[in-house]
Amino acid sequence: MTDEHKSNKPQWAMVIDLDRCTGCEACVVACRVENNIPTVGPEEAAKGRSINWIRVERYFEGEYPDVKVKFMPVLCQHCEEAPCEPVCPVYATYHTDEGLNAQVYNRCVGTRYCANNCPYTVRFFNFFDPVWDAPLEKALNPEVSVRTRGVMEKCTFCIQRIRKGEEKAKDEGREVRDGDVVPACVQTCQTKAMYFGNIADPESEVSKLSKSNRATRLLEDLGTKPRVIYLNKGD
Amino acid sequence: MSEPRPTDAKINSDLLGPVNKPGPGWYATVTVSGLVVLAAVGALAYQFSRGLGVWGINRPVFWALDITNFVFWIGISHAGTLISAILRVTGAEWRRPVTRCAEAITVFALMIGALFPIIHLGRPWFFYWLVPYPNERGLWPNFRSPLAWDFFAINTYLLGSIIYLYLPLIPDLALLRDKSRGLLRRFYGTLSLGWRGTQLQWDRLERAVRVMAVVIIPVAVSVHTIVSWDFAMTIRPMWHSTMFGPYFVAGAIFSGIAALILAMAVIRRVFHLEGYLRPVHFNNLGLLLLTMSLIWFYFTFGEYLTAWYGNAPEEMAVFRSKVSGVYAPLFWGTVVCCFAIPAPLLAIKRFRTIKGTMIASVLVVVGMWFERFLIIVPTLTQPRLTFNWGTYKPTWVELTLTAGTFGYFVLLYAIFTRLFPIIAVWEYKEGLPLGEHGEATVVSQPEVGFESA
Repeated sequence: MTDEHKSNKPQWAMVIDLDRCTGCEACVVACRVENNIPTVGPEEAAKGRSINWIRVERYFEGEYPDVKVKFMPVLCQHCEEAPCEPVCPVYATYHTDEGLNAQVYNRCVGTRYCANNCPYTVRFFNFFDPVWDAPLEKALNPEVSVRTRGVMEKCTFCIQRIRKGEEKAKDEGREVRDGDVVPACVQTCQTKAMYFGNIADPESEVSKLSKSNRATRLLEDLGTKPRVIYLNKGD
Repeated sequence: MSEPRPTDAKINSDLLGPVNKPGPGWYATVTVSGLVVLAAVGALAYQFSRGLGVWGINRPVFWALDITNFVFWIGISHAGTLISAILRVTGAEWRRPVTRCAEAITVFALMIGALFPIIHLGRPWFFYWLVPYPNERGLWPNFRSPLAWDFFAINTYLLGSIIYLYLPLIPDLALLRDKSRGLLRRFYGTLSLGWRGTQLQWDRLERAVRVMAVVIIPVAVSVHTIVSWDFAMTIRPMWHSTMFGPYFVAGAIFSGIAALILAMAVIRRVFHLEGYLRPVHFNNLGLLLLTMSLIWFYFTFGEYLTAWYGNAPEEMAVFRSKVSGVYAPLFWGTVVCCFAIPAPLLAIKRFRTIKGTMIASVLVVVGMWFERFLIIVPTLTQPRLTFNWGTYKPTWVELTLTAGTFGYFVLLYAIFTRLFPIIAVWEYKEGLPLGEHGEATVVSQPEVGFESA
């Protein structure tokens, strides 16, 4: 699906430290503000249509009073072998040479086949046109398009920030390095549980952390080769 | 068959009688089905203006009644192919009064099924992006997607079925032309392409029909296989199964025969064709329906046994919801409707009457609609990451659209039977001198003048 092993472009990846995650969901809020994600309202949310490009999954273990809660932020894994890509009949989702799974809103006709084939359930559909009650439309990010109804969307690793970071590095005549690109969720995480960077750069933080003995990937046995690595001591 | 061969005049008046002589029953049928279709068009307009949110689909159940109806109607369309094509190719004489009925079902069911890939889109006004045409953006559809394969498969089958319905219609169109005057005569005249019934024309027609009959069989098999691959090519539990190709083809033929039996029973009653659509036809189709019921059960049993035995957690979640969970009533209802009642009903000769096969067919059609629903929705309600499990409930829009498909089918069929004889007159006459099973019978003077011995 990808040629990124031949590309000398940065290969974006994210590391999430589950032992640090407190489940506060600041990342969820930051993401929706950065990416113009609409709120669907309580009735629609009750029907299961709310859009959260990143969500914090909660799993409870044990009975009271020995309950343990596990928090797992889940976002688009930007799989190297993404199952969502071959099934889109109009090529609205494809793999970039930087390892991103790109969603082209203008091309999407809304068959929702990609969402059905995503094992992580990270794809979202706009069932209605988005509505922002005044004055919230003033908070829209001008660098991110607003999606119309009938179109699929998901986490882009904040591609607008990736582009900005790459342009800045190019202006300064150097390669992209750690700290140039910080997605909204990574930026906001209060416990510094999230890292983002170029996994092809052996000096980057994500690269080093991905070799940790706590490193795992979600649903690894499916062979999707996700670019999100979870650190988990598994206690 | 020791009865004398009926005269051509009688056959013509029996079979052409209903054509262009609509009675009050016809008007009532068209009105009711027309109203249902209008309601569905209204629901569709509402949906196009507001968005797919007016349906019950959600995350994670992104497909539901839309794709259920799609698969169901494409399945029904396999009626024509089996009966008409396979029985023609194998030379089964009893098919003669049944072929056009079946071929018409195929074309209309395909037309209905093919609507859903368009109306289920989030942005249906861009449906033509699935068509490979040169454009200024240099973009092609993604040929790796099973939905793109659907586009080619369904359109090929639709074109082939229209041709396969039209070719054997030509001699009857000529017959109608010769019996009509004025505008109707011109209508039938244009459609019959100047048919004169010469030996050369018959030769060509028979050869063309034989070629189409052979060609349409693999096309039909490929169509429902490709539709099944919309599911099987994904990695969803209980969708990603190698059996889906043959499973869906068998299910399609199964529901197609049931639809055919029902259509035949209605037509027989409404057009007084008791002399032409006889118990032997329902008996034979009933035996075919029984065979398909057994085959359907075999595939279903295989699917569920292997899922259960393999005990993979993500598959067992879906399995449990169908067999003992929230979808259990529908699932076991489907097994009863598709197998537990029809199989004994059809197996026992005493019950394999016209009424018996009708009852079995109604159950099968209902059961198979729910079977398609149960293939699609339970898998979608339970994705691998259990935090995202969901439910589904249809809204009035989806239910109205579903009702609209049945109304549209009835409407199209009513219009067809008004314009054209539902039993192929020439094919029926052709079969008479040979008798039902190929034996020679006493032949009275045939209409076309050739010397008798």
